[in-house]
Amino acid sequence: MSIVDTAKQAAQGLLQSAMEKLVPLAPDSWIPGGVPDPLIARKHGLIGKPVSRLDGALKVSGGAHFSAEHRFDGMVYASLAYSTIARGRIVAIDSAEAQAAPGVVLVMTHHNAPRMAAPALFGSSPTAVGASDLPILQDDRIHWNGQPVACILAETQEQADHAVSLLRVTYAPEPATTTLEGAKANGIEPGVFMGGPLENTIGDAEGAFASAAHKVDHTYRTPRHNHNPIEPHAATLAWIGDELVIHDASQMVSQQAQTIGEVFGLKPEQVHLTSPYVGGGFGSKGLWDHQIIAAAAARLSGRPVRIALSREGVYRIVGGRTLTEQRVAIGACADGTFQALIHTGLTVITPHNAMPEPFILGTQSAYAAPNLLLKVEATRMDLLTNTFMRAPGEAVGTFALESAIDEMAVELGIDPVELRIRNEPEKDPTSGLPFSSRHIVEAWRQGAARFGWDQRSPVPGARQEGEWRTGMGCATGTYPYYRMPGAEARITLTRDGDTVRAKVEVAAAEMGMGTATTTAIVAAERLGLPIEAIEVGYGDSAIPGAIMAGGSQQTAAIGAAVIAAHTALVDELLALAGNDSPLAGLSADEVGSDEGGLAKLDEPGRRESYASILARAQRDSVTATKAGSAPLELMHWSMHSYSAVFCEVRVNAVTGETRVSRVLGAFDCGRILNPKTATSQFRGGIIMGLGMALMEETMVDDRSGRIMNPSLAEYHLPVHLDVPEIDVIWTDIADPHTPMGAHGIGEIGITGVAAAVANAVYNATGKRVRDLPITLDRLI
Amino acid sequence: MTPFDYARAGEVAEALRHGTAPGAAYLGGGTNLVDLMREGIARPDRLIDVTGLSTTIEERADGGLLIGAGVRNTALAEHPAVRQRYPMLARAILAGASAQIRNMATVGGNLLQRTRCFYFYDVDGARCNKREPGSGCDAQDGFNRIHAVLGASDACVATHPSDMCVALAALDATVHVAGPQGSRSLPFTDLHRLPGDRPDQDTVLAAGELITAVELAPLSFGANATYRKMRDRASYAFALISVAAAVEMDGDRIADLRIAFGGVAHKPWRATKAEAALRGGPATQQAFLDAAAAEFADARPLRDNAFKPALAGRALAAVLGALTTGDVA
Repeated sequence: MSIVDTAKQAAQGLLQSAMEKLVPLAPDSWIPGGVPDPLIARKHGLIGKPVSRLDGALKVSGGAHFSAEHRFDGMVYASLAYSTIARGRIVAIDSAEAQAAPGVVLVMTHHNAPRMAAPALFGSSPTAVGASDLPILQDDRIHWNGQPVACILAETQEQADHAVSLLRVTYAPEPATTTLEGAKANGIEPGVFMGGPLENTIGDAEGAFASAAHKVDHTYRTPRHNHNPIEPHAATLAWIGDELVIHDASQMVSQQAQTIGEVFGLKPEQVHLTSPYVGGGFGSKGLWDHQIIAAAAARLSGRPVRIALSREGVYRIVGGRTLTEQRVAIGACADGTFQALIHTGLTVITPHNAMPEPFILGTQSAYAAPNLLLKVEATRMDLLTNTFMRAPGEAVGTFALESAIDEMAVELGIDPVELRIRNEPEKDPTSGLPFSSRHIVEAWRQGAARFGWDQRSPVPGARQEGEWRTGMGCATGTYPYYRMPGAEARITLTRDGDTVRAKVEVAAAEMGMGTATTTAIVAAERLGLPIEAIEVGYGDSAIPGAIMAGGSQQTAAIGAAVIAAHTALVDELLALAGNDSPLAGLSADEVGSDEGGLAKLDEPGRRESYASILARAQRDSVTATKAGSAPLELMHWSMHSYSAVFCEVRVNAVTGETRVSRVLGAFDCGRILNPKTATSQFRGGIIMGLGMALMEETMVDDRSGRIMNPSLAEYHLPVHLDVPEIDVIWTDIADPHTPMGAHGIGEIGITGVAAAVANAVYNATGKRVRDLPITLDRLI
Repeated sequence: MTPFDYARAGEVAEALRHGTAPGAAYLGGGTNLVDLMREGIARPDRLIDVTGLSTTIEERADGGLLIGAGVRNTALAEHPAVRQRYPMLARAILAGASAQIRNMATVGGNLLQRTRCFYFYDVDGARCNKREPGSGCDAQDGFNRIHAVLGASDACVATHPSDMCVALAALDATVHVAGPQGSRSLPFTDLHRLPGDRPDQDTVLAAGELITAVELAPLSFGANATYRKMRDRASYAFALISVAAAVEMDGDRIADLRIAFGGVAHKPWRATKAEAALRGGPATQQAFLDAAAAEFADARPLRDNAFKPALAGRALAAVLGALTTGDVA
């Protein structure tokens, strides 16, 4: 729960006047000199109250239909065959036996697949979201071990799967780069992320490091990680006339529809993609080969298709987080102030994508150091394309950086919390911009007190009970505030007698985070309507605009779009109100919303309900659509979410087994809009961080480039017994420069966690593990 | 999955009649076989469901227990006689899988579960002599952190994955088998094979032979026993190393003991060398470590599993330390 909840509740009783209930329109941009979103100051309503997900009952009762639960008449089921070599050519595909197997409707290979354009690579245009730009089933080339080489459609899933096992594919392998050493020998290139170089040089970091009184300089390694959302990737689709209808699982609905349409040479309006429910995304629920193959097979067969990847299928064709080798070197004075901070290293991409794991992003704004050298380089291997995975960059970057900070704390004999606070920057160390809202020190102080950090001995191995050694560790987590352009909102007020309902439509994705619920909470406050009167439409490419559930920016993007649409709606309402209304002559910035209508801000008695305005105008409804303003705030401030992560582990002195016994995350993420769903986000991120710290590793055989643990049995994720009590608190300090005063919270949870665990392991044992995961053989 | 027929056997003779046909396989709880069928590793034409044949746990006149092959793992672990007289077995079962899997899995099926070797599971993309004799072994020079350090061969370095079987190896269990040539009984430790040049054969059972029961001999000191499992997460992971041990003290000397290891070999590993080294001797940490060293003297670690002999030794010393001082949790 929020640490200021009690004070908030007390304050609520004092703020009941009608004037204070009126919510003025929000600003349309956030630049210096502007006014904050009035919702920040609003102390009643549902913002900040724990609200259960509006779709919760549907989900637990089975009423929420996920992508693989849609059904078309005449639908057939798809199964994929995957290559077993990393690079080369398909010489022959013997499909006679498969063709003859029961129920088989179609065997599709590169020989008979329809001609399709290659998907546009993610980032190559505002709507391009292809994971790679490889052509799909268009030629005999193999680019990675696991690439789809054939698709079989059959009347049942079991028949399709069986028929795939009857295919005989002959390959002509060619030399492939499947070892890291081989890739390095081939060449190393500068890392480029989202169009910008991953490099920052300020001062002379190497020189300052060389002459520093105290130094740490180590290499940290993180392995590949696979995506394991509980819902494996799936799509159910059909060609209806010349329109492609796709029920997908997507966190980038409109962009995905656009990119698929381009593959098939369709106009944007010819693709209708819906994705109202997504069983976890984490960066993986985008456009991969399976949707395109299924659409091609549906076109070729003339039948609607369901494609639901097996768990192995997800490992073969849906990329994950790539590996990193990171050097962190810190030079410091005896008082702990950093003189040099170096964070450089290597990550692996593929010949067919451009997504170097940007592990320096968090370091760019983390600590005051007059000399900085940050650089990501990349090398290429013939593997499945890597992709975004919860906090790409920061999740693994904070492991290296925050481990090194802990090593410096040991070197200096300074408490690691104190060392971090001593190096708190006044302004962003690389951009030079002021911070919009940075209260990490408060988070550290509050977290340390609540966790009982003062119970920690600085001496490693000081606490042992029986076989178990106990240690505490901490780390800073960080993730940037983003707000991507392109978001639109459509608000429709509909009158039924004296009551009015509002529909708020945004082309957003709901992956279980509670986006639709939060959108309803905020819209209710803006419109002055009860939450029961709000319907949120989302997950549908027919809705205008494009919003991505990525970069932890969706809530901000929706927030700004709803603000813009709300202003347009109020303009429209005032025009409809006309001269007979008490509101006659007022402009939008003179009125506010409450209790189902509009009122003059400084004269609340001058008011009219929405129903009355619509009735007089003889209208049943009014609609306004508007795009959110350009994200100018990002040009003026350095904007981030922060966390102070505390962790207690027990390490068995006999067996080396590590068990996490307590975690506390103290978050500084602006205003928390819905404490209930926010807590779930934070906890889920922390659990994912525990898996990264202790067990997750995609095992790619470097002889074959093949993933050898493509199942939940052998790819270890935390099970219930691995997850301890996780305490979550937050500063709840609104950022005056964002919609609702909020920051993104989807990715911050995982950041810092692996370092906090590793640092706690060091405190328990005196052993510093710099390679993840921290398995028992690294501790005995 | 390859299409197959299914039949449920009402009695042993009926099961044998079906089970001796080519392509037939006996089905217990299906928690391993059905997975193997889904993966295309096992492709039986016909499944003979034998879960209804022998589901009782009977007290024997000599103080032992006769456990029907169809007894579910959960039922066995919860049985009062097992919990009181063979707690090692109850703990081993509860250390394995998940509650849902244990509710389905049978005793007979547990004995016959197959290795978790990554290359064994990769039908399309890897060579495996166990799955396809003569094709080669990609685990020898590949990912082999979970693989064998004892008794392996050039053909196969896989381990047996069962927890329950480690306890049965320590407990001098007997396996009762029915077959087309009649019934026979064999020591549990003789059931599973070392791989040699036939790693495709996990056990000595002949085609069509059916495990009908497992018999536990009485063990006077069976209550002073435990099972300890080391793994990469707190639950639902196979053992990297496990130790089953039972000890009888005579003053400060070890009068008798039983030790078996899991996660070290192609079969549950009865540690006869370690037992011999300790029997009649002092119960000291050094003696325990020396005994483990004797047991693992012939260990041949692979690229990723060199930690196993040391871990096994430390675990054995901890387990025996607790059992010889009455300190077992």
